[in-house]
Amino acid sequence: MSDTIDDDKPTRRDFLYITTGAFGVVGAASVAWPLIDQLNPDASVKAVSSVEVDISSIEPGSFLKVAWRGKPVYIRRRTEEEISLAELDDDASLPDPQKDIDRVQKKEWLIVLGVCTHLGCIPIANQGDYEGWFCPCHGSHYDISGRIRKGPAPTNLEVPPYEFVTETLLKIG
Amino acid sequence: MANDYQYEPKNSLTKWLDSRLPLLRFTNEHVLQFPTPKNLNYFWTFGFILTMCLVTQIVTGIILAMHYTPSVDSAFDSIEHIMRNVNYGWLIRYIHSNGASMFFLAVFIHMFRGLYYGSYKEPREVLWILGCIIYFLMIVTAFMGYVLPWGQMSFWAATVIINLVGTLPLIGESLTQMLLGGFAVDNPTLNRFFSLHYLLPFIIFGVVLLHIWALHVPGNSNPIGVSVQGKQDTVAFHPYYTVKDFFAYVVFLILFCYFIFYNPNILGHADNYIEADPMVTPAHIVPEWYLLPFYAILRAVPDKLTGVLLMFGSIAVLFFLPWLDTAKTRSARYRPLYKFFFILFFIDCLMLGYLGGVVPEGIYLLLSRVCTIYYFAFFLIVMPVLSRYEVPKPIPIGISNPNLTNDMVATD
Repeated sequence: MSDTIDDDKPTRRDFLYITTGAFGVVGAASVAWPLIDQLNPDASVKAVSSVEVDISSIEPGSFLKVAWRGKPVYIRRRTEEEISLAELDDDASLPDPQKDIDRVQKKEWLIVLGVCTHLGCIPIANQGDYEGWFCPCHGSHYDISGRIRKGPAPTNLEVPPYEFVTETLLKIG
Repeated sequence: MANDYQYEPKNSLTKWLDSRLPLLRFTNEHVLQFPTPKNLNYFWTFGFILTMCLVTQIVTGIILAMHYTPSVDSAFDSIEHIMRNVNYGWLIRYIHSNGASMFFLAVFIHMFRGLYYGSYKEPREVLWILGCIIYFLMIVTAFMGYVLPWGQMSFWAATVIINLVGTLPLIGESLTQMLLGGFAVDNPTLNRFFSLHYLLPFIIFGVVLLHIWALHVPGNSNPIGVSVQGKQDTVAFHPYYTVKDFFAYVVFLILFCYFIFYNPNILGHADNYIEADPMVTPAHIVPEWYLLPFYAILRAVPDKLTGVLLMFGSIAVLFFLPWLDTAKTRSARYRPLYKFFFILFFIDCLMLGYLGGVVPEGIYLLLSRVCTIYYFAFFLIVMPVLSRYEVPKPIPIGISNPNLTNDMVATD
């Protein structure tokens, strides 16, 4: 150490301040993380991730509403007319353009999350201007393919991951 | 501030205390003898009324928490248990639920008062901003409290409001799940809301203390907007304003009691007496009346993200008021144009409140768009333009001197 202090040059004390400060920040962040992460979905919530549904009793033109991850899923068995209506609208002006065929695995079965993409209300089936769903909260209209047609919702009703285990057994999730 | 009063401890005990903890000095200088403008009208009593509202909510809330169970299986039942079994439980709950409405009624009057008399202007900017923070905390607290009874409206209000967060790009979805503690509103959500609903009033209490502190630096504003110039303009807070505040509070209590005893459910919604059902949305979701104007703004916009941003923006804009309205004349009494636009703004807010409660279609949708535009135009266009071009009327020279000045500038 020299006897005179050069103000421009970093000193050993500056180094100590910075390293102490840096360790303090990292330490505080590592303590804060568990306090924040506990807010995230816990193991028991994440564990309930799939349901199996017997769909043999659903008549054409009707639907079944089941719960998956605490949210309703509409399983809708569409008639020939409804399918052709949905396909006819593929070229209509859609806020969120998507072809009907891209939204189903089997044309007869439309499976969508019954959660309005606006603010999460449950749209009512067989209502609205497009014969599909109508959300009573803020007036979004969905068509027979679950696509948004009118109202504040930005996107189509979400299609959850699903598979047909057998002809009559559907697994969602 | 013309604070000539100096506390003098009278006897040896108060002298001894004063040099160790100057509690009596503080009480005397800031409560009993605090110099207050002598021309305050009844609109200035709402600060006290609001303090009483906060105390009422905290006291009844602590009692309710002794009987309430925050669990999706028993929350709804525990509310009915409070209503039917707990001694005077019905009374305490009705005070608490209607108390929230009365709290908001008082805060709205308090805020419109500030808006009319220019209470947010220099040197009271920090005072105003602290008030805005309190208002925002009140909204969050009231929202969380509304979820606790776990009725249909509780559940769907929570769903809709938390989904607002999901509109944020990129982080929206993970943030929503973090707030919910799951994929939908459920037990984790209810539990954390209960915890925070208990915490936030004490944070509000802390900000209220800061609010009063910030008030006591420049002292009260007053209806003519001319600053206090000396001892002749003020009276001691006690007994002059303690009595006036208490009288106003008693009148306020008459209305409060009408709701508690004669119409306790008129401000609520019948659907909230149906237990929450995650599979069925009520046909018509409405928030509590005091949030309807914001709900109307949210629904007025066809685009989801813009709607959410405008809704939050409608509160955020209040924080910038001192810099949007830079007119030197504080009180609207001497600003005829500002007064006109203020009255229009007041009507606009009432309209938005009405529109928030009806189905947003046809003429109602159009009206909510017009009202939303005016809401923002009042702050972002009318205020800056009037500050620059409005010619105010001559103002009095001082609180005790009704002669008019001609330089038209508030003397400080």
